[in-house]
Amino acid sequence: MLPPFELLEPHSLDQALKMLATSESVPLAGGTNLLPDLRARGEAGGRFISLAALDQLHGIEHSDSRVLMGARTTLSDILHDPLMPTAAPSLVSMAKVFAGSMVRNAATVAGNICYGSPSADVVPPLLSLDAELTLASAAGERTLSLNDFLLDYKKTARRPDELLISVSWAPPTTGTANLFYKLGRRRGDAITVVGVAVTITIEKGNCTKARIALGSVAPTVFRAQEAEEALVGGPLTATTIGTAAQAAAQASRPIDDIRASADYRRHAVHMLVRRLLTEAWQTAGSQHD
Amino acid sequence: MTDKETQMITEKRVDIQVNGQACEITVPAWRTLLEVLRELGHKEVKCGCEKGDCGACAVLLDGKVVDSCLTLAWNAAGRSVTTVQGLGGPDNPHPLQTAFIEHGSAQCGYCTPGMIMAAKALLDDIPEPSLKDIKRGLSGNLCRCTGYTRIFSAIQAAAETLRQQETTS
Ligand SMILES: Cc1cc2nc3c(=O)[nH]c(=O)nc-3n(C[C@H](O)[C@H](O)[C@H](O)COP(=O)(O)OP(=O)(O)OC[C@H]3O[C@@H](n4cnc5c(N)ncnc54)[C@H](O)[C@@H]3O)c2cc1C
Ligand code: FES
Ligand code: FES
Repeated sequence: MLPPFELLEPHSLDQALKMLATSESVPLAGGTNLLPDLRARGEAGGRFISLAALDQLHGIEHSDSRVLMGARTTLSDILHDPLMPTAAPSLVSMAKVFAGSMVRNAATVAGNICYGSPSADVVPPLLSLDAELTLASAAGERTLSLNDFLLDYKKTARRPDELLISVSWAPPTTGTANLFYKLGRRRGDAITVVGVAVTITIEKGNCTKARIALGSVAPTVFRAQEAEEALVGGPLTATTIGTAAQAAAQASRPIDDIRASADYRRHAVHMLVRRLLTEAWQTAGSQHD
Repeated sequence: MTDKETQMITEKRVDIQVNGQACEITVPAWRTLLEVLRELGHKEVKCGCEKGDCGACAVLLDGKVVDSCLTLAWNAAGRSVTTVQGLGGPDNPHPLQTAFIEHGSAQCGYCTPGMIMAAKALLDDIPEPSLKDIKRGLSGNLCRCTGYTRIFSAIQAAAETLRQQETTS
């Protein structure tokens, strides 16, 4: 049994934002983080605001320059969107290995991002695509980068009166590879041991942009910026890839836990970054000239 | 009683279609669809972990497979639920049910209702699944007995039957 709580069911975004502004309450999306937590803690008396009826938060829109994904997009919606394989290849690879089908049908993108877990699988792909978040409150809207949103372990820049309403990014250009790999204890339905997303743009044989996002190896998902810098300006070679992989492993601050040791995680970062960069160089390079 | 407590005991009447039959039940916000279904007599929906790990409680909600232990009954209001009984029974078994029997895919049987519902959702989505598709489709369902191989072969056989029914109808 779940402990008793109160559930408010707003029918519009305005109504929801008013409720968030005036009462101490927490948004409830798919409930796949909140409900197990609630059951584990057994504390009665919370107040939740259901986002189920807010149609404004649903839907994925594609244009040439921008992809706009509503906050209540589920992991299944990502898998079923016909344009997503080109708009965010890494996000599709991620959704395939995210939990099982029941959880994928309930779990939302906003819930994954706002929970602020270092193992949130939705985050590395979006971080590697320079995604931006739009948050709304009764006082208005603001847009900030996902990178600025993630502050610390389960700490984000969201104010308690704010709702995440959408996520947007520019779809990868020709000559860009966007890849994700999740290392877990078993396939599907396992908490990530190490998650890596890379976005690499190759123009005229040189790398002009590099993003490397790492999950589960620090208090938050983060970008290994030194590693990114080691790649930009020239072709990717075994040497530059090696330097970047080393830098990414060094930037990681993993912990020992029941799933893996810190040493193993750092080693896995090194290996996975090297592997994904090698693959990215091959795919992005072959799209060009 | 404070304002907050009064609100907290608020119950709501929830109308749900279960296997095509209209049901109504009055429950507080924290009751799950799993609890409600079992209270309504649908004991074929099993309770395993109550945290989304095992899939024993899987049902279709408006055609999509969900863990009923992670679904609030209030969120199922006005929607339609299908349990394994809704697929068919001894007199009119669904091809998945027949295949599970023929392939010996159940030992203790506790995971079976959830397995079949996840498999149904998979076949609705991918009528000709590869073994990889099947493994992915069932990755949220745990079985402690069978070792899964007979579950996978039953689903492949049922997919075949369903495709044949599709072409002959
Ligand atoms: C069996 C199982 C397997 C799982 N597997 C994975 C996995 O493979 N990878 C992974 O990353 N996660 C996994 N999870 C965790 C969880 O499913 C995801 O984090 C999911 O995306 C959370 O989304 P939700 O909609 O269910 O969030 P909820 O539980 O509803 O909410 C989570 C948090 O986000 C807040 N929130 C929700 N929506 C908004 C919004 N619009 N604005 C502001 N705040 C909001 C809530 O207040 C809460 O703090 C798993 C969970 C279970 C139970
Ligand atoms: S009882 Fe619902 S997933 Fe285990
Ligand atoms: S048959 Fe016993 S758990 Fe699957």
